[in-house]
Amino acid sequence: MAADIKTIVMPKWGLAMQEGMVARWLVAPGAVIKAGEEILDIETSKIANVYESPVAGPLRRTLVAEGETVPVGALLGVVADSDVGDDEIEAFITEFQASFVQQAEAAVGPPEPQMIEADGRRFRYLQIGEADGPPVVFIHGFGGDLNNWQFNQEALAAGRTTYALDLPGHGGSTKEVGAGDVAALADAVTAFLDAQAIDRAHLVGHSLGGAIAAYLALKRGERVASATLIASAGLGAEINMAYIEGFMSAKRRKQLEPVLQLLVADPEMVSREMIEDVLKMKRIDGVEAALQKVIGAVFPGGRQALLLTDLLGDADAPVQVIFGAEDQIVPAGHLAGLPSAVPAHKLSGAGHMVHMEKAAEVNDLISRFIEG
Amino acid sequence: MAKKSYRQAIAEALRQEMERDARVIVMGEDVAGGMGAPGEDDAWGGPLGVTKGLMPIFGRDRVLDTPITESAFIGAAAGAAATGLRPVAELMFVDFFGVCFDQIFNQAAKFRYMFGGKAVTPLVVRTMYGAGFRAASQHSQCLYPVFTHIPGLKVVLPSSPYEAKGLLIQAIRDDDPVIFFEHKAMYDEEEEVPDEPYAIPFGEANLTREGDDVTIVAFGRMVGFANQVADKLAKDGISCTVVDPRTTSPLDSDTILECVEETGRLVVVDEAHPRCSMASDIAGLAAQHVFGALKAPIQMVTAPHAPVPFSPSLEDLYIPSPDKIEAAVRKTMAS
Repeated sequence: MAADIKTIVMPKWGLAMQEGMVARWLVAPGAVIKAGEEILDIETSKIANVYESPVAGPLRRTLVAEGETVPVGALLGVVADSDVGDDEIEAFITEFQASFVQQAEAAVGPPEPQMIEADGRRFRYLQIGEADGPPVVFIHGFGGDLNNWQFNQEALAAGRTTYALDLPGHGGSTKEVGAGDVAALADAVTAFLDAQAIDRAHLVGHSLGGAIAAYLALKRGERVASATLIASAGLGAEINMAYIEGFMSAKRRKQLEPVLQLLVADPEMVSREMIEDVLKMKRIDGVEAALQKVIGAVFPGGRQALLLTDLLGDADAPVQVIFGAEDQIVPAGHLAGLPSAVPAHKLSGAGHMVHMEKAAEVNDLISRFIEG
Repeated sequence: MAKKSYRQAIAEALRQEMERDARVIVMGEDVAGGMGAPGEDDAWGGPLGVTKGLMPIFGRDRVLDTPITESAFIGAAAGAAATGLRPVAELMFVDFFGVCFDQIFNQAAKFRYMFGGKAVTPLVVRTMYGAGFRAASQHSQCLYPVFTHIPGLKVVLPSSPYEAKGLLIQAIRDDDPVIFFEHKAMYDEEEEVPDEPYAIPFGEANLTREGDDVTIVAFGRMVGFANQVADKLAKDGISCTVVDPRTTSPLDSDTILECVEETGRLVVVDEAHPRCSMASDIAGLAAQHVFGALKAPIQMVTAPHAPVPFSPSLEDLYIPSPDKIEAAVRKTMAS
């Protein structure tokens, strides 16, 4: 009897419309509606408008609540005469939804960053993968964001849960950095782990993020399954302040390009989009003040304030260190001071962004270290 | 970060600045709508719904529906700016500037100069411009060259949703009168726009493409067209720099001239009429300062010196198109 059942679906208003929100139902189930009658208010990104019923008859069911956003074509309501049984309507809806859901799933895009509140602060993160066991948590460096792991996170997500987060002061996360030092940022990462209900994680940290991972491995060893420190801060006093200062002062692409080229062995790797993304991040309200605070706390007087090298041999969690041989920001020479118990890897042909420049090798090192 | 439309980006900038600073107010014809009609509050939000949703958040004291009298409410906005508020007034179509221009060019634009720098006038006039909307000659013009001509006004032409949000926030925070031009054919264009507030500084051109052969300087909606052409020509081995000056006043002439020097060829794309336009202005700038670097005559792609026609097919011919831009680039490459 499906022929007697008529549907009301989310209309497509204009080529670009992909979804709409049911703002208000103007009729309730049970009402007999006329074709052309105003039955609900729909809002899209472009427009808010009243929707006129394309069909006539008793409205038997409404499927979408007020305030809910659904894709174009989604079932909003069912109209059928009273001689159609409730069970027939149920069966019809089930069949409709089953075929519609399949379409919707086919259209699912890549994973999108999400937001979570942790200890009163907002964190942006990207989760890829879902599996048992301690997840991998990626912590970017000074001035970076979760996109720095674009060549690593997906590769390491096979059979694992992975998170990349934006540190406070960076990307889409809170611009409140507290004291701005490694300890404060490590507390923020711990708050993120708490908010995600992660007991223990494999930490992968780059540069400043490496110092944070090392700090957590030493101070909160019970939360750390392993720590991979990439081009890490915290292992020696030297830091290229010309880079830090250039990063902060550059307001335009031309000024920023030579600064970002210090990050990599092959300057060609610095793309327009990379430069543009950094400029965009620096323009966001509060970022400059947050980064200045971090600089003052982490690199006071142009030297690294926190040196953890000697302690790493006693860390509860296993720690490994990876450097690019041509690192111009934090010298790869810092590897030399590591305790012999800490595996050290120096990859040639790579600079400070060794995890992007030699992604396959770095991913392999991380993967094997995690598997123990 | 989510994809947002030009319309949403502008609305978000307004909302965030109103949240940040209680001195920011919005005023104009039907910016909320329903004034005096019970039950119809916030029915309108301007002709294209940009300001819809602000009045329920900020109330009628900060979202003011004004009478259809541009001379009165633009004047009131200039006065409010001079006395401590930061008004964002909506001049529905820039074509209506004729009835309120005194308040803008002879009052607001002059205060800082006439009062020895002691008076500031943080006024933003948001206004719609441009053809392509089948709105005929009185609702389709690109009158930004008129405003660019007046010292004391800053003139902004956002070319995308990201640009619109950051430039409008900058406009609201700026202490001088700013005329903010929104192209009516762009409100549904979408791109990634950060949720947080951010400001894009004035007077800093954006290079949306970088190439070696030709510099295309384009304004507002024309930037997207120029990018299309640059991408197409790149496949034919012609590499173009596309410069989006973002603001015509202040104008980042340094960046424009640098690019022209590097490429030796210049095409200027301006949707306005050709006489006394940004196209002629940029062409003059290049001829004056980097003449020796030019390898070919400068090409201008503009509308004709004629009112915007109402006939849809004539209107389509009137607007500078990607095809016309491509032809201009090929012409400068041929000589």
